[in-house]
Amino acid sequence: MELAIFILTSLVAIVAALLVILQRNPIASVMYLVTTFVAQAILFIQLRAAFIAILQVIVYAGAIMVLFLFVIMLLNLRREDFGKDIKLRFKPLAIAFAMVLLIETLVVINASLVPAQPGADLSATFGSVQGVGKELFTTYLYPFELTSVLLIVAILGAVVMAKKKL
Amino acid sequence: MVPLEYYLVVAGIIFTIGMIGVIVARNIIIIFMSIELMLNAANLAMIAFSRNLGSMGGHVMVFMIMTVAAAEAAVGLSIIIALFRNRDSANIDEVNLMKW
Repeated sequence: MELAIFILTSLVAIVAALLVILQRNPIASVMYLVTTFVAQAILFIQLRAAFIAILQVIVYAGAIMVLFLFVIMLLNLRREDFGKDIKLRFKPLAIAFAMVLLIETLVVINASLVPAQPGADLSATFGSVQGVGKELFTTYLYPFELTSVLLIVAILGAVVMAKKKL
Repeated sequence: MVPLEYYLVVAGIIFTIGMIGVIVARNIIIIFMSIELMLNAANLAMIAFSRNLGSMGGHVMVFMIMTVAAAEAAVGLSIIIALFRNRDSANIDEVNLMKW
């Protein structure tokens, strides 16, 4: 069961990743990228990394991809910039795949919530918000503080780059 | 439990797809998305190793990589906007001023 879910999910991730670079229309590419990220989030849950999986969906598939979409729409690309598109004409198939992905997510989440799971070698808080937070604020406190500097630099850089005239 | 090698193979395939995208694609936005793909493949390998070793270090590392990806997306996309304002195109073949 676990192996079947792994194979299905990674197939979805790989096919969607291929479509990201094969599509000419950037908006379609962003949508396939979101699919890859969600499939990877399922793999993360399977690896008992619940917190990272949620971060993946919220930060990656949510925030960063919306930023991409926003910029693509801001650029106002012309249709002839894209070239030919690879059309997917299998709408029922696409819906079926989406359903499979959804059911997989539910099954995996259900399985990882059961406390008496195999991972007996792991501590109870492995991958949870509590576990990651404790690591982040004790062992890795200094790098964690440094990320704030990185974010400040990124904000300043984005403002400077996008400004018409300084 | 799914063996570690399987996850590494998947991560490797996704990383390779991202690398091919960076080399082959002509649209600068697609190139940028391929970079995100490569970062994600690295994330997957990190989490797989973390699970295998029973240590949480990989999770923290992925957290850092996500921060870097967010910063990179913000700066990179503003570079794309600046580029588009100057060249009026998203094709990197037209950005050849510093090409050898």
